[in-house]
Amino acid sequence: MTTIAEVKEYPTEPLKCWEQAKNLRKNYYEDYLNAHEKGGLRWAGGAWTFSAIPAGLGEDVYCITGEPYGATVAFFKDFASKCHDATEAAGFPRTLCAYMRNYWGSILLDKYILTDGTVVEGYPPPDFIWQDHICCSHGKWYQLVKWLEKKRGKEVPMYCVDVSVGYPSEFSPEEEYKVNYIVEQLHDGIEWLEKATGRKYNDALLCDAVWNEMKSTSLWAEICALNQAIPAPLDEKTMYSLYVMGTLMKHRPECVAFYETLRDEVKERVKRGIAAVSTERFRVITDTQPPWGFLKIFREMEKYGAVSVGSLYTFGLIGMWQYQPDGTWTPKLLPPKKPQTRDEALQAIVRWTMHKPEWAHFYEPELKTKMMQSIVKQWKVNAVLLHYNRGCEGLSLHIAENRHGLIQAGVQVFPFEGNMGDERDFDLAGTMARLTAFFESMGLKKLKE
Amino acid sequence: MKTAGVDVGAKFAKVVILKDGQVIARAKMLVGFDVLKSASEVFETALKDAGLSRNDIQRVVATGMGRNTVLQKPPINADEAVSEVVADAAGAYQVVPTVKTVIDVGAEEGRGIKVEGGKVKDFVINERCAAGAGTFVEAMARALEVKVEDMGPLSIKSANTIPMNAQCCVFAESEVVSLIHSKISKEDIAKAIHDAIAGRISSMVLRVGVEKDVVLIGGCALNPGFRPPLEKELHTSIIVPDFPEYVSALGAAVIAANPMR
Repeated sequence: MTTIAEVKEYPTEPLKCWEQAKNLRKNYYEDYLNAHEKGGLRWAGGAWTFSAIPAGLGEDVYCITGEPYGATVAFFKDFASKCHDATEAAGFPRTLCAYMRNYWGSILLDKYILTDGTVVEGYPPPDFIWQDHICCSHGKWYQLVKWLEKKRGKEVPMYCVDVSVGYPSEFSPEEEYKVNYIVEQLHDGIEWLEKATGRKYNDALLCDAVWNEMKSTSLWAEICALNQAIPAPLDEKTMYSLYVMGTLMKHRPECVAFYETLRDEVKERVKRGIAAVSTERFRVITDTQPPWGFLKIFREMEKYGAVSVGSLYTFGLIGMWQYQPDGTWTPKLLPPKKPQTRDEALQAIVRWTMHKPEWAHFYEPELKTKMMQSIVKQWKVNAVLLHYNRGCEGLSLHIAENRHGLIQAGVQVFPFEGNMGDERDFDLAGTMARLTAFFESMGLKKLKE
Repeated sequence: MKTAGVDVGAKFAKVVILKDGQVIARAKMLVGFDVLKSASEVFETALKDAGLSRNDIQRVVATGMGRNTVLQKPPINADEAVSEVVADAAGAYQVVPTVKTVIDVGAEEGRGIKVEGGKVKDFVINERCAAGAGTFVEAMARALEVKVEDMGPLSIKSANTIPMNAQCCVFAESEVVSLIHSKISKEDIAKAIHDAIAGRISSMVLRVGVEKDVVLIGGCALNPGFRPPLEKELHTSIIVPDFPEYVSALGAAVIAANPMR
């Protein structure tokens, strides 16, 4: 066994803004739970949805985004297991989206879980649903939520936006009719929101929210870009707890403020050579959501001096990027001025969101492979760990083709099977044994137990 | 220099002792409930055959699913543990220096490994199903009421092709029972079983790509009924070295002799 003394060690220290991140997330779920006590509104929808739009209904409108809630459930394996039992007892197959099943299970159990694992009796139903149809699971997810809530005696109005216009790229150019197709739906959606809630819509709040979303998603890209440094100032396990703010509240000023603080701190870490993993000597990226109940695999990797510096998923689900002619990625620059009217805001957010890198998953596997190759090169990555995620058909789409494409490009790839939200589909011992074999085949030895 | 490789597999523990790169002893035995005890016994047997004691062995490397059981634990006191994938590649390279693809089919696991100069380039391991491993042949032998060692010779007597699902060891057993009730001969059923395993293994190995020379190792390589359908599925000839079940232990012994590899 190589001793730790033989490996160069970098200085490391905890993130100073860690507590701030924990509190933001904690408050988010509690705000949703307690919204009615403050006279506010609750709404539900996916993390991909145009969350800045309902912000025009007022500052006391709180949302719960479905996938992060499903992931929170998954982290608490006992509660997740009960959710799976409840959904399967209700007749839903376990092959469906694991986040969706966790979410439905929570409603069926009539229990709501907070970020510290506290289970609250009574699942808080939303006052309305605001969703988009990024994948087929997202298309059906809230139809079922509406149905489940109706069975509990609450009629929840729902509005969905169809976003199936492709990803602007060499395969499918950005064209006006595509942008307008989504913008028109959002215009209709605002009228629908007014009718559904009885509230008057405030365009100034919309413009603020859109601008916040652009800022927070560009800031997150800036933070990810800093991880090109050696040693990496952040590891992906930590990044999961940071990017999540963008999946919960990317349109809110708290998110912008937090990402500014984080960006400054990460910049400082790079300047001082502070590592996330002191023994960094091998850099990997992953792909798609991790198996949330088994994040210990990242700690195991560290025993070999391997650090995951991110993924297309952590960089591109929230981060917005610009692709330079030489293939490199840089954080997307904000438009020259903040939108001033409803139409300007809707046009701006649609054009911005259409370039979300994770949208490429759903359209062109070659494009996703190219994106991953760019990340490998630019972030100085030694290998890619591909999660064949049985829990998410959307983000696992084409993943075997991505593996093939990466291997053809000379990139070392380690695929492993699992499930982001259902521990029954993840074999920890088997995965660790394979990962050990992979690291050994890369010439790495364990540095410590 | 004398080194040893200990392969603590799911079913058998195997030991190879090397002296200056030449094999001077081999031993194997079934792994019982007490893995350390079984591995220690077979290790002692190999030492005895070689006329050596543990102190005469400069380095011991363990591999196999039970490798950590013998790591720095007496009497074996393995100095290092390496994965089966790395040991397979080193062992196969030792016996066939032109090897590019290693297929290792053991009792409970199948592996496909792309190799370059004895180093692993890529690999794939079967996931969660025994339908592509030796245990499958054992289970099917029970269903056919024949000895497991007769399965291979039986299968090569048949020239017929009977499709079998074999996506699952349990369901495949039901399928075998149906074939028995349909009065299909044991030879044909045995061939169908081997064809099914070969199909499963080949589809796995093709994920890493197949390049000659292809070397088949592991306990299943001793089964004469397995290589022909695998060659047919992969459209290539396959080399089965002598003592194929020891190749992983040999690889561990080779690694033990090259600690600075």
